[in-house]
Amino acid sequence: MKITTPLTNEVVTSLQAGDQVTITGVIYTARDAAHKRMVEALERVEELPFDIRGQIIYYVGPSPAQPGQVIGSAGPTTSGRMDVYTPLLLAQGLRGMIGKGQRSSAVKEALKEYKAVYLAAIGGAGALIAKAIKKADLVAYPELGPEAILRLEVKDFPATVINDCHGGDLYQEGKVRYSKTA
Amino acid sequence: MRDIPTQQITQTVARLCQEANYYLGEDVLEALRRGREAEESPVGRDVLDKIMENARIAAEEGVPLCQDCGTAVVFLEVGQEAHINGGELYDAVAEGVRQGYTQGYLRYSQVRQPFSTRLNTKDNTPPVIHTEIVPGDRLRIIVMPKGGGAENMSRLAMLKPAQGRQGIIDFVVQAVDEAGSNPCPPVIVGVGIGGTAEKALGLAKQALLRPVGKPHDDPEVRELEAELLERVNDLGIGPQGFGGRTTALAVHAGVFPAHIASLPVAVNIQCHSARHKEAVL
Repeated sequence: MKITTPLTNEVVTSLQAGDQVTITGVIYTARDAAHKRMVEALERVEELPFDIRGQIIYYVGPSPAQPGQVIGSAGPTTSGRMDVYTPLLLAQGLRGMIGKGQRSSAVKEALKEYKAVYLAAIGGAGALIAKAIKKADLVAYPELGPEAILRLEVKDFPATVINDCHGGDLYQEGKVRYSKTA
Repeated sequence: MRDIPTQQITQTVARLCQEANYYLGEDVLEALRRGREAEESPVGRDVLDKIMENARIAAEEGVPLCQDCGTAVVFLEVGQEAHINGGELYDAVAEGVRQGYTQGYLRYSQVRQPFSTRLNTKDNTPPVIHTEIVPGDRLRIIVMPKGGGAENMSRLAMLKPAQGRQGIIDFVVQAVDEAGSNPCPPVIVGVGIGGTAEKALGLAKQALLRPVGKPHDDPEVRELEAELLERVNDLGIGPQGFGGRTTALAVHAGVFPAHIASLPVAVNIQCHSARHKEAVL
């Protein structure tokens, strides 16, 4: 299924755990340190560095671009570390996240409440994934190095729906399907 | 006595940092191919195909396999007849890491004061260095870039000796189960059994240096590794945790005698981007 950003309510509600999608449009990078900064900004009642409504955050800290490259390797980092910050960002209008690894029950509940989706990209396939990134621009926090917030223009970025807004969870369902431990 | 100049050590470490990050070992690729053949899940097969495609792109284009170019873990086996000259050994290794990462477009992932300011050191130093003194007059250097996602899934337990072999199995399987999709499966599971707490963790990490799937020399340990692999792959986690047979490509164990009161067991998980390169000077 092809989806574009920003995400609409219609698209988010149509997505089901296990769906393979390709994403075209703009997505924003942020990982540990940038999340901490954003949540601190919200606590001080300041603006976020970008309009988060309807957007997707990609949990990635890319490797440096070589001459002639848009970006270096750019695969997902482990999402669970962002769990503590995520419900607050969803409340601000964030509609999607791309990462890898399981989310907390608080995040899964927030996905249902705010109608948002959590997707996974293939961890450790950063050289391949970088091919789908056509442009990368700095948005905020350059001093964080690989943790700075970037605006990425992506075309047919491959991802898999892990947690949909209806309570579906591919990590649980996939494991049950192939488990031999009864 | 044989002289080994620190300049040569620096150059070698720099080269190994880059080679390890660009070129996946043939043993890992072969294990991925075998996993692909055995995988029952169509999504799992697709993931394994993409992981192999990623390795091809990285090698052809000279780009990192993964954006997490790791903490530079460096193993040094120093021959007791070797003489390191021209400066301090650890400084030479750190300088090699600095050059390798800054010149090779590798990501800097080390932060200082990890409990507070977490400032990036901007050259991926300092490395984590393990040194062993061995017979001979050579210096063997192994560079293992270790990603954070898999390393975070490490576990240590000080079991009661009565828990024995079954206690080891239960603990290791539980560690892999709880790690789930986090450490980028298919993984290689390093297991350290015996010694003291830190010895067990070291054994688990060193076991990851063995060629993937090469069994342990001791038949009893080999049998334990095989049983652990089967149990881990019965979990159904599969490639990337999407469900499937290939949760682990291998289980490698290292064993050391323990205190009469102790049965330490450590788990150190390696993601599928199992990177390490070595040289002997």
